[in-house]
This record gives sequence, structure tokens and C-alpha cells, in this order.
Amino acid sequence: MKPIALKYKSQAVAKLYFIAALALFAGQIIFGLSLGLQYVIGDFLFPYIPFNQARMVHTNLLIVWLLFGFMGAAYYIVPEETETELWSPKLAVALFWIFLVAGALTIVGYLAVPYAKLAELTGNELLQTMGREFLEQPLPTKLGIVVVAVGFMLNLTMTMLKGRKTSVGLVLMLGLWGLTLLFLFSFVNPHNLVRDKMYWWFVVHLWVEGVWELILGALLAFVLVKTTGVDREVIDKWLYIIIAFALMTGILGTGHHFYFIGLPGYWKTIGSVFSAMEPIPFFMMTVFAFNMVQRRRREHPNQAAVTWALGTSVIGFLGAGLWGFIHTLSPVNYYTHGTQVTAAHGHLAFYGAYVLVVITMISYAMPILRGREANPLRAQALEKKSFWTMSIGMGVMVLALTGAGVLQVWLQRLPTSGAMSFMATQDQLATFYWVRIAGGVIFLLGLLMYLASFFVGASAEELAQQPAHGGKGLKAAPAQRA
Amino acid sequence: MSQTQGGFTKQKARNIFWGGSVFFALLFTALIVNTEQHIPQRSHAADITPAVVRGKAVWETRNCIGCHTLLGEGAYFAPELGNVIERRGGEFVKAWIKAQPSGAPGRRQMPNFNLNEQQLDDLVEFLKWTGQVNTEKWPPNIEG
Repeated sequence: MKPIALKYKSQAVAKLYFIAALALFAGQIIFGLSLGLQYVIGDFLFPYIPFNQARMVHTNLLIVWLLFGFMGAAYYIVPEETETELWSPKLAVALFWIFLVAGALTIVGYLAVPYAKLAELTGNELLQTMGREFLEQPLPTKLGIVVVAVGFMLNLTMTMLKGRKTSVGLVLMLGLWGLTLLFLFSFVNPHNLVRDKMYWWFVVHLWVEGVWELILGALLAFVLVKTTGVDREVIDKWLYIIIAFALMTGILGTGHHFYFIGLPGYWKTIGSVFSAMEPIPFFMMTVFAFNMVQRRRREHPNQAAVTWALGTSVIGFLGAGLWGFIHTLSPVNYYTHGTQVTAAHGHLAFYGAYVLVVITMISYAMPILRGREANPLRAQALEKKSFWTMSIGMGVMVLALTGAGVLQVWLQRLPTSGAMSFMATQDQLATFYWVRIAGGVIFLLGLLMYLASFFVGASAEELAQQPAHGGKGLKAAPAQRA
Repeated sequence: MSQTQGGFTKQKARNIFWGGSVFFALLFTALIVNTEQHIPQRSHAADITPAVVRGKAVWETRNCIGCHTLLGEGAYFAPELGNVIERRGGEFVKAWIKAQPSGAPGRRQMPNFNLNEQQLDDLVEFLKWTGQVNTEKWPPNIEG
């Protein structure tokens, strides 16, 4: 609980972004639970919130809160890495409000009016971009995202130009520029569905299995630099090798989405070979994180952040790596394509790789943004409990969805004659879906614990101990890791 | 640094990153250019009539993908529709859409989108065209 001041005043804007990210995260989970319930109680909330509306809210909130998290992280990291104040803290604050209000209006739009009406009101006729999964945003919102992203990148790039250029900073910037530029493909919607689908993956796949991995690597490397004190030379080398493998496997790995949507058959070979190697960078990330923590040169008082960092490296590998691999080979994917196996992978991958890395960053930076080096021990203990609760909840969900997916394949996909229909199969999966809801409730509990940890103060003993250690490290925190 | 004993420096790691990424990005671009040339024939692009184009817009502006999959992509809450015309026939699809929601207690409900006859026909044309796309024999059977 050593008081500490921000190295650069303008880093303070990150706090707004982090708070918004967590609020939207909570919203995402609430809608997720309602979706889970609709899988077993089909008419739950109908006609007030039909499944498709709730799903748009669930997935769009996920994307937006992760973006808020990345932006907050960048506003925190870039000044520190470049050793200079942000080019324009005012622009950062203005863009925050624009993004938040635009995001909120979009969600209200999804819930308040029928989607076709929303399309009409927002000028979808001018440039038809709506109604494609994850890119459901009305045209003004999409344009707003571009404006916010360009302003954000301008701010960071100008900051970068006037300061020190570190590998962590450069990789982060590269990832964010990639994110911004690839989003432009969301405006590409050819009449031919096959071409539409192909370019759609330029946003979706090349984000999460491409440039976002650069952001992930940079955030993880930053937190590890700060919490372990390991030499930058070593961490930078790991970072470059990890992102090298991420892009060398991930770019052609796009092919694993091109198997059955009308594109040439050669993608089955290319997609299988390269996406089978996509777990490599994630495995390296696990080795990297544990290695750095083992070779640490200091006991950082914020051990909760270290727990999150190790967590993201392991669960990222399980979700993106292992669960991706199980259905990525084209002969397997022929049967699993569009089943609950995909849902299982999607949930664990997003949680492990992106949710956890954003929380890692928030957990590291938020105490400093609040004027102390680390949270009180009791708060950190609660954070660690929340990590385990969320992870166990997610584990239950993912195993249930995997079970549902396997059974779905067995009943609906494998039989060459007399296969069960989609809806009849769904009835057979009800038990798995109930278990999934239980996992979701545990997850929500974990999230509430995490949010509560922000309000937990120091115990009387810890307060009494405080003047005793003005030095580095924290005696009262024996290396409690993961 | 103990790690640099093999002569493997940060600069080398960075070069692998840049070299590898640029190489694979260019290769990917070349493959996309080639793929573009195959798409018209594999998707029967010549059969994309104005009705198919309008049908796609109906599909998109009702957010059908929020519940259904189309060629295996979308939400997994409702049946695959890439082969629905083959499975059910166009007339059934139109009648089904008009009859929603079923109101059966506890069952998954599809909203009524108040489509007119023209929109229903366009949507069926779009789904009919989609069913002709060469999907490498996916889905494995008629149930989607």
C-alpha cells in the first residue's frame, strides 16, 4: 500500500477507460446469462428481448469493452514507455465520451427498436453493412468507431514520435494500427455472399487471431517487465518471437474459416496446416510468463497482477490453442463447423486471451492510478479468489458446451441417413445447457468478487505495518502466485 | 545475457517477425487474388439476380444471423439455412416465416418480421442461390 504518484500525469485518462470497460463487461455477462436461459427456456423474455437482440448486445459489449480495455492500456503504457506525456490528454478524454455515448446509443438502438427499423433510421440503405455477425452496428456507429480509432491512433502516434521507442511500445502500436486498418473491411459487403463472408473474416479472424495477439503480447510483456524486473532485452526477444509465430501461423490460418463457405478447396490444406500451428505462439506465451516470473528480480507488491498474467498465459493457451486445435483440421471441422464446439472454443479463447489480459493490465495499473503501488492484501486476496471463481465458472461452461457439441455432432451430423433434426437435437442437449448456465452463474459471481475487490480496504494489521516498510517489495506478501 | 550465448539477439527475433509477417501477408494476398478468380464460378455468380440481392438485404436487416447459421456461420440457436430450400422447399419457408411466432410455451420463438410477399420471395431466392454455392459438400447431411 505504498503511496505512489503516476510517472506521467496524462496516464490518468486510462482510469476512465478501465472503469467503463468493467461496467460494460458486467453488462455483457448479464446478457450472456439471459441467452443461456433462452437455450433451455425458449420463450424466456420473448417477445421483449428476442435471442438475436440479446446476442448482439452480448457480443458487441464484449468487443467494445475489450476495445476500451486496450485503449486504456495504451494510454497508460505509451507515456511510460515513451517517457513523455500524451500528445493530447484532452483528445483522449473527448474520444472516451464520444465512444461511450455512441456505444450506449447503439445498445439502446438494438433493444428499443426492431432491427429493420434501426437499419432504416440509420441510413443502412446508403451503404449496407448491417446484419452480419459481430458487425451489426449501424452505419453511424461504424463511422464513429473509425473516427474514434483514428483520433486515438493519432494521439498515440504523435506521443510515440516525440519519445523513446521501445519494443513493447512499437508492438503495441503495430497491433493497434492493424486493428484500426482491418476494421475498414467492415464496410466491405459485396452482394455475393461468398465474397462477403471472405472479407468479413478479414476483420474477425485477422483481429482475434492476428493483430490482437500483438496487443496481447505487448500488454503481457509490459506487466511482466514491471512486476518481475527481468531484463528488457530478454522480454523483448520473447515478445518478438511470440508475435512472429502468431502472424506466421495466424495469417494463413485464416484458411480454417474458408473450408465450407464456397471458397476453393485448397484452403482446406492451407487452413489445416497453418491453423494447426496456431497454438505454438500461445504455448510460447505460457512458457514465457512462467519463465519470467521464475527469474524475477524483485517481489512486486502487486501479486494479484502476476496471478492474472500467469492466468492469461495458461488459459489463453487452453482456449485459443487447445480448444482451437480440436476442431481446426478440415476433416474434423466438416462435422463440427457451426456446432456448440465452436461456441465452447470461442468462449474460452476470448476469456483466456483477451478478457484476462485486459484484467491483468487493469489489475496492475488501477492501484497506481488510484495512488498506491498495489492494492491492500485483502483486496488482492479477493482478486485472486475472483480469478479462480471466474476461471472455474468458465471451465464448467466450456466443458458443458463441448459436451453439447460432441453430442450434437453425434446425433445431427454423423449419421448419413436418419440424422436427427436441429431442434430435436437441441432438446437432447438440455442437460448440458443447464450445466452451462450453472457455469455462467459461477462466472458472474467471480466477476462480482472482482468488482468488489476495488472497494476492499487494508486490514488493521496491514495499516499498522505500513510505516515499517518504506523499502522495496512487501514483506507481508510472500510470493503467493497462482 | 545468458540467453544470447547462441548469438540469438533481439534484433534477430525482430527480423524474423518482420520478415515472416510480411512474407505471409504477401502470400495471403496472392492467395486471395487467386481465390477471387474462383469465386464467380464456385458461387454461380451469374445467377445473382436483383431478387437475390434484395433477398440478402432482407436477410441482413432482420438480423437472421443472430439466431441461425448460414453455411455454418452465425448463431447456433436455430437451424442452418444454407440448405433450407433443399430441406423444406421455398413454399414451406415462406409459410413458416409468416406463421411466427409459434407461441408454443417453453419453445424457442422466432419473431414475426411482417415481411410482404415480395420480401418473402426475395428471401427465398437468396436462400435458393445460397444453396447452390459449392461448399465442398458441406453440410454432411440434409439436417444441416
